[in-house]
Amino acid sequence: MSGLIGKKVGMTSIFDELGRSIPVTVIEVEPCTITQIKTDESDGYNAVQLAAFDKTGKNVSKAVKGHFDKAGSSPKKVVSEIRDFIPEGLELGDQLTIEDVFNVGDLVDVVGISKGKGFTGVMKRHNFSGVGDQTHGQHNRERAPGSIGQASDPSRVFKGTKMAGRSGNARTKVKNLSVAKILSESNMLLITGSVPGPKGGYLEIYNQSEEVTS
Amino acid sequence: MDKMKLVEQTVMRDDLPEFTAGDTVNVHYRVREGEKERIQQYEGIVINERGEGANKTFIVRKISSNIGVERIFPLYSPFIAKIEVKKRGKVRRSKLFYLRDLKGKAARIQEKDTREKQ
Repeated sequence: MSGLIGKKVGMTSIFDELGRSIPVTVIEVEPCTITQIKTDESDGYNAVQLAAFDKTGKNVSKAVKGHFDKAGSSPKKVVSEIRDFIPEGLELGDQLTIEDVFNVGDLVDVVGISKGKGFTGVMKRHNFSGVGDQTHGQHNRERAPGSIGQASDPSRVFKGTKMAGRSGNARTKVKNLSVAKILSESNMLLITGSVPGPKGGYLEIYNQSEEVTS
Repeated sequence: MDKMKLVEQTVMRDDLPEFTAGDTVNVHYRVREGEKERIQQYEGIVINERGEGANKTFIVRKISSNIGVERIFPLYSPFIAKIEVKKRGKVRRSKLFYLRDLKGKAARIQEKDTREKQ
């Protein structure tokens, strides 16, 4: 696998070569710096740690600063680790751009923190369909969850039963989106469809394809 | 949202004339039939513009053999070869959906006086 760190800018649409309008998400992908390389010998598994988006302000602890100094990089806001990174022969401090990892048409998975919805009912949270009719003397059960279990046996509610509660604000992965366009001079990556999180939210973008041209 | 504009500029075209609701336009639309490509003309009144940036679309309404026909065009679609503005209409609103309820003489739109003031 390979991937990069990005920031959601917004959504728009573009036209493909057949003239069809395709909805796309615009993601800003700065060149990512490699801040650590993990190998089987040193850590028991292979991975590459990437960092992107400069940190402003003075509150960087010496330990964090030291970690970035090792790679010859300034402190960054977002750090994430990508396991079994495909492009071989990378060194600490190398910078990866969009072209190094993605081609137009590649299938990608996008990970982000979804928008928080607060305390929601079961219809919004778990796609329940509600109870009962909307008319015919219906009382107040339109959006209710219905039964949550049996009676004296087991005389408890099973763990994990879907109920109302806090929804959203969780790490969410959307699979099998594809790269629609790459604007390399402005560091923009256009991906078909929607991705989790608000505008300005940070994303991890993983390339699904086995081969990478770099 | 400057970054968004940067991306949308790659889709938007600047060879199209300005027009608005009430104008009569002739849209030259590329139609692909098998391997061949030809240009189809579609003339009517613009009754609606919506969206902004690369997502902008407009609706053209015309009466074709006594039946009202409406077509939605994405403004920056590569299928649009050319747009000709035939008439500027004088209208007092941006959505002319009231035309759907009118027929014949009542469905006409007064032409706008585009002469410059002396």
